[in-house]
Amino acid sequence: MESNMKPKLEVKNITKTFFSDKGAFQAVEDVSFQIREGEFLVLLGPGRCGKSVLLNIISGLLEQTSGAVYFNGQEIHGVNPEISMVFQKTAVMPFKTVQQNVELGLKFAGMDKKKRAEISEHYINLVGLKGFEKSYPPQLSGGMKQRVGIARAYATNPEVLIMDEPFGQLDAQTRYSMQNEILRISAEEKKTVLFVTNNIEEACSLGDRIVLLSACPARVKEIYDLNYLPKPRDIVSKEFLDIRQKISDNTDLAL
Amino acid sequence: MAGADLKLLGTDYQIWKKKQRREAGQYYLLCLVGIFCFFAIWQIAVTAGLANERLLPSPLQVFETIIEKFYQKEPDGNTMLVNICASLQVALSGFLLAVVIGIPLGLVMGWFRLAEAFFRPIFELVRPVPPIAWIPLVVVWFGIGLQAKALIIFFSAFVPCVINSYTGIQLTNRTYINVARTFGASETEIFRKVGIPSSLPMVFAGVRVALGNSWSTLVAAEMLAATAGLGYMIQQGRTLARPDLVIAGMVVIGAIGAVLSGILSYIEKRLIKGQKNESN
Ligand SMILES: Nc1ncnc2c1ncn2[C@@H]1O[C@H](COP(=O)(O)OP(=O)(O)O)[C@@H](O)[C@H]1O
Ligand SMILES: [Mg+2]
Repeated sequence: MESNMKPKLEVKNITKTFFSDKGAFQAVEDVSFQIREGEFLVLLGPGRCGKSVLLNIISGLLEQTSGAVYFNGQEIHGVNPEISMVFQKTAVMPFKTVQQNVELGLKFAGMDKKKRAEISEHYINLVGLKGFEKSYPPQLSGGMKQRVGIARAYATNPEVLIMDEPFGQLDAQTRYSMQNEILRISAEEKKTVLFVTNNIEEACSLGDRIVLLSACPARVKEIYDLNYLPKPRDIVSKEFLDIRQKISDNTDLAL
Repeated sequence: MAGADLKLLGTDYQIWKKKQRREAGQYYLLCLVGIFCFFAIWQIAVTAGLANERLLPSPLQVFETIIEKFYQKEPDGNTMLVNICASLQVALSGFLLAVVIGIPLGLVMGWFRLAEAFFRPIFELVRPVPPIAWIPLVVVWFGIGLQAKALIIFFSAFVPCVINSYTGIQLTNRTYINVARTFGASETEIFRKVGIPSSLPMVFAGVRVALGNSWSTLVAAEMLAATAGLGYMIQQGRTLARPDLVIAGMVVIGAIGAVLSGILSYIEKRLIKGQKNESN
């Protein structure tokens, strides 16, 4: 229990200000929270509130204006191979096959071809894309493309997975089935997951805990613990609807 | 995925396929009819005396001249094959030189800010100069041999190679770059494995324009007192008042241009995978 509670990742007083000819623009303001080992943490916030900016800082793609990110207790700067990202927009490269996409991280890590193929096979099967290894993304549906993105992030076997609104562009039906898929996958491959969404129901179905962000600039409004609700969750149960309502009442409207 | 459904819908599929085939058949038939009409009207205009035969030979006559030129050196001194080879040599060496220099330059210029700052102004200065304007200088520098002509072609093909590679690689989706970056790829790896492949469709569109330019600048380049080539043959046709020879040269240039463009399409299809009809 003790080791289970130690933070895998800690975000401390992160602030991000963008400067342009028009002046300064604050996207993230003094955000702090911790992600525990093995936890599925959901960041919930309205559209354009600074969620992606925050994630890009954690994954090392952007530099914060102030504050720090700690990974296993150590402050980190820049990209880290132990943190993988599933991107918001379809980030699956159309000029590479499904298999080449899934192997991308392994290839940049310098792994040999045979080993790569073994690993990618495992993760392609895991996300249910067996038989599509040689297909090119334009031949796939939106849900299938996002599966490729998920397999690619898992393939490098990182300690932490960051998912930036991975289902935001999918239709409601596909989105719902992908939520179940991500529950199955994260149960099968135990990882620490930081999942971002602007959808309250999605947050309540997936999150062990939910960090609620305010409208731009992003600040932490409240952190909800949903561990008392076992997964998969019954989305029409009273407890589920109660917490959903509670979070909903506390949410800023996106402009 | 589709295979299983199609078997279930076997007969519907057969009907659909038949309809597709019929529509494709109609399309190609109409293509042939179009070409036929073009030549028929031309032929009729000449035979009916609407056009002066000394100024506009009939298509049959042009066809005869083309065949004749394959075994006869008169009046320009080379058989058709020699002329074709001479022209291909000039056009392709200029074109290949442009591809080999232009594409890397465009890619580097589009990707590395400092390279852009250095090369872009020079390129912008050279770009608006029409290739033919180089002729006098090139003649002084290199005489009238293969080098001189290839250089003129080079100028006409170089610009689209650079511009398309430059724009193509600049349009690389930021997210693809970020994906590679989170996996710890170095800047040169991202350039090679993400930037270049994602720019290929645009690069190829540029190569296509470059090939067209090379071939159409050929006649101009061969006006440099060449001794062989299709452009030279056309020139001779003009001096000797042989419009059939002029048109024969034009037709052969057109046909070879179409074949080259077909070859390029084939290479493009082999090289660019998965990218077509990607909207994101
Ligand atoms: N590189 C940048 N430069 C300037 N402003 C930016 C940049 N990236 C994001 N922003 C701004 O930050 C705000 C939050 O964006 P983002 O984090 O993408 O929102 P979301 O919460 O929907 O992911 C937006 O108003 C956006 O315009
Ligand atoms: Mg976002």
